[in-house]
Amino acid sequence: MTRMTIEQAIHQALAEEMLRDERVILMGEGVATKRRDLVQDFGAARVRNTPLAEAVIAGTAVGAAASGLRPVVDLLFAPFLAYAMDALVNSAGKLRYLSGGQFDFPLVAMSMTGSGWCVGAQHNHNLEAMFAHAPGLKVVMPSTAADCKGLLKAAIRDDDPVLFFSDLALLHQEGDVPDTADHLVPLGQAAVRRMGNDVTLVGYAKTVEVCLQAAAQLQAQGIAAEVIDLRTLKPLDEATLLNSLRKTGRLVVVTEASGLCGLAAELAALAATRAFDALRAPVVRLTGPDAPAASSWVLEQAALPSVEAVVQAVRGMLAEAAAGREALAAS
Amino acid sequence: MSVEGSAAEAIRRLEAMLLVRAYEEKLAELQRAGAPGTCASVGQEACAVGVAGALEARDRILTNHRSAGHLIARGADPGRLVAEVLGRVDGYCGGRSGSLHISAKALGVVLTSTIVGGELSMAPGVALAQKMGHGEPGGIVAVFFGDGAACEGIFHESLNLAVQWQLPLLFVCENNDWQAFVHRRETMPGNAIAAWAAGHGLPVATVDGNDVEAVHEAARDAVAAIRADGRPRFLELATYRLRGHFEPDDQAYVDADELARWQARDPLQIQAGRLLAQGALDAGELAQLRERAAARIVAAVTFAQASAWPDPRTLTRHVYAEQGARP
Repeated sequence: MTRMTIEQAIHQALAEEMLRDERVILMGEGVATKRRDLVQDFGAARVRNTPLAEAVIAGTAVGAAASGLRPVVDLLFAPFLAYAMDALVNSAGKLRYLSGGQFDFPLVAMSMTGSGWCVGAQHNHNLEAMFAHAPGLKVVMPSTAADCKGLLKAAIRDDDPVLFFSDLALLHQEGDVPDTADHLVPLGQAAVRRMGNDVTLVGYAKTVEVCLQAAAQLQAQGIAAEVIDLRTLKPLDEATLLNSLRKTGRLVVVTEASGLCGLAAELAALAATRAFDALRAPVVRLTGPDAPAASSWVLEQAALPSVEAVVQAVRGMLAEAAAGREALAAS
Repeated sequence: MSVEGSAAEAIRRLEAMLLVRAYEEKLAELQRAGAPGTCASVGQEACAVGVAGALEARDRILTNHRSAGHLIARGADPGRLVAEVLGRVDGYCGGRSGSLHISAKALGVVLTSTIVGGELSMAPGVALAQKMGHGEPGGIVAVFFGDGAACEGIFHESLNLAVQWQLPLLFVCENNDWQAFVHRRETMPGNAIAAWAAGHGLPVATVDGNDVEAVHEAARDAVAAIRADGRPRFLELATYRLRGHFEPDDQAYVDADELARWQARDPLQIQAGRLLAQGALDAGELAQLRERAAARIVAAVTFAQASAWPDPRTLTRHVYAEQGARP
């Protein structure tokens, strides 16, 4: 194990995969400027600065992926993906299918988002669910350094297009990362970060820590919360979620992204359609508001589901259950 | 090359154009009988045939929604094309594409996009892979698009990147005067796309897109130049969309005089007239060529109509790589 930041873990994943497979190339606005060692080790042909032109960066990745390369593109901030939508959604996500499986699109589109840098809504927009909604694409958004490395490596080796989102607030956060070059975290596997029988708390990226802190406070109050880190948003690890829910009967989903048509809505639907009999309380969604991200630190933080809100939601669920039992006993 | 050899090639080009025309007209007929509509390339056959003939098997092309000419000129089997349009399993894409995004990897027809400009976004990537050794040695890439796509921002992004990265890419703009239901004169101040392209600093050429010999010659020169220095070239082909945007289309919005002027410059008539005048072909032989093309398309339709429908149980196949994880 080596202690490193998420930023360093991402860099290490890129370096290892470029060393392992010469088909892996890196393109984007400033990748050659910022990652000089990769240029030195793998050459300027494989580490390419690009114009500030997200549509053609993404399109080039799509064309290259279908033609034998395995491109990784750094599109910087997630809102810039709007410019890259045609290439990612209409080409990478659809042309395997529309061509009857003639082409593979092994590419990774990296971007950053989330509160923490006070950059405002055109650099901070948790729009990951938009891509989960697009057929043919896979979506990951890890919370730890080890997962960032392992999932990025797995994404680069995957034969389908993968959107890799980094949480801005976590980039400088440190964690222990396995040293082996074979450290892979498979796409589509959630992680149970803490075991508990009373309630299931689900988050991804920075809200995993929100859930963990809430779980610690709840434990002091005698409530055992299970915390699940989704890690991959698509394909969704339904089995891990349903197993947990069948045990706890209570679900709180915590996302920085807004609620309507988001991952929280999807998980609530999963609970309702696949584990309705196990539910002991209505599902609670704690999400960001239907509002663009503000720049002001206070407003930016106000958009985030807080530890207190999670604790309160869980206490409310359990209080209702207790009240229900009392009412039943009195009748 | 001998005069006879070159006449034989010119006749083959006429034959290819007749086949494209017969195919497009048959599909319009099928549409009237209830088949899905298509974006016909009638009037633009010389562009497809002239350029495709200048390419080799090791080269790859990207095309768009108006692709039948490119595919047929590239050697596609009309039977499998009709099957694709009709949504049958023997289509090049198993019926998942329909007419709009047909690709045929084995023919080097890769990554067809019906999003206007989509092909321009992907073309530099295909050319980059070619440049980096993923492709047949010495191969180049050609991308077909129209004046409509030239009005998309991606046109400039694509050209800029191809020039800056020195990619072996031939941009082929079929300027057919129509951008869906809007005439080009309403969408841009000039009538030449090449002037925009020239601003990006690559060699450009403009030729009569209805003269297949002129197209062929210009494409041959451009392809040779790309093979020699690995840098992009731009070819503008001045042509005209003789049918509507999408079948059925009554073309009520088309200026009748303008349409008549271009019908008088039909690329098939130009080539046939030239060969007749040269004595390379007589009227009987021309009629035979027409009949042969028509017969091939009749056989293609028979093949396609006999082809099975896809199994509905395969609906979600090919969304993701077979060995990959699935949502």
